[in-house]
Amino acid sequence: MTPDPEPISHDRSDSDTSTHDEGLLLQAIVVGLAVAAFGVAFGVAAVSAGMPAWMAVLSSVVVFAGASQFAFVAVTASADPLTGAISGILLNLRIIAFSLALAPRLGPAPLAGRILDGYLITDESAALAFEGDRTGTRRRLRVAGASVGLFWVAATALGAYGGDLLGDVRAYGLDVAFPAAFVALLAPALRRPGGLPIALSAGLIALLGMQVLPTGPVVLLAGLAVLPWLRSRPWSSDAGGAA
Amino acid sequence: MAQVTTVVLGRGRRGMSGLDVLLGVLLLGAVTFAFKLVGPLAAGKLTLSPAVTRIAELLPTALIAGLVVTQTFDGAAMDAKVLGVLAATLAVALRAPFAVVVLIGAASAALLRAVGLP
Repeated sequence: MTPDPEPISHDRSDSDTSTHDEGLLLQAIVVGLAVAAFGVAFGVAAVSAGMPAWMAVLSSVVVFAGASQFAFVAVTASADPLTGAISGILLNLRIIAFSLALAPRLGPAPLAGRILDGYLITDESAALAFEGDRTGTRRRLRVAGASVGLFWVAATALGAYGGDLLGDVRAYGLDVAFPAAFVALLAPALRRPGGLPIALSAGLIALLGMQVLPTGPVVLLAGLAVLPWLRSRPWSSDAGGAA
Repeated sequence: MAQVTTVVLGRGRRGMSGLDVLLGVLLLGAVTFAFKLVGPLAAGKLTLSPAVTRIAELLPTALIAGLVVTQTFDGAAMDAKVLGVLAATLAVALRAPFAVVVLIGAASAALLRAVGLP
């Protein structure tokens, strides 16, 4: 999903609690709607690839990390589920970074509450949670996480069960939503040192690799593009734009 | 839909409904949940080594770029899909927000197909 915290603006000097909550709810809904567009595309793409609709919805509930779900479908369709899962897991490594960055701001809570917090961490909810004062972090994470989760699962179901009603999804360009969303996901990283060369060299590896190999191994092979950059200076300790 | 199945993704309907695929989804879900829980459950007890942090922040860029290429160039060298992704890339360069980028990619491909491009 979108890891770019830039579009979210937040009034840090807000003292009126009711306006504050309304602002938060509105932001959460706006982010939820953006996620929903991606969710419909995921539902359609998953079913188009041959995944049963119920499994696409289950994936959105259980995995709840959009880009990795897309990657799983794309790679599994051309390789096997294990390679698909590994691709998704590698993509989600970034979640460890912003989960750890977010945790100190959350403060103490009962175990069940902390498990809920963890589940609700996505690129978008974390970005919203990081914005604003420290004490409101948990509330922002939960409101944004709940909104993103509800829109994500509902939109997946809409795409998965309703996709057939649309007829040929290519006529709507929905098959292009998939790579377009990935380009959008790349945006924050491209603006950081090394981001563009890594993306270009990974793309080149993939382009050459796909002439001889299936998609799954090609995507993993593209990961080798990071090797020359491992010793360069880290982007930052703020995890908001980690992807 | 069947056309998309064969054009976009090769495995076909039967290959994506098996128990192995369900197990793959559950494996991805379990590991992802574990990643998410690291912060809330291990806050203060765990710090990542710089090398792991670096891999975690760089690897998704390379993998996503790889996915863009494999998902874009799966048909003709220059079809509506390739041009749609190109339009989306332009939108990214102009700093359009996520939803707008996706919309521009899909809409431009739909438009090009409506005028007869494959």
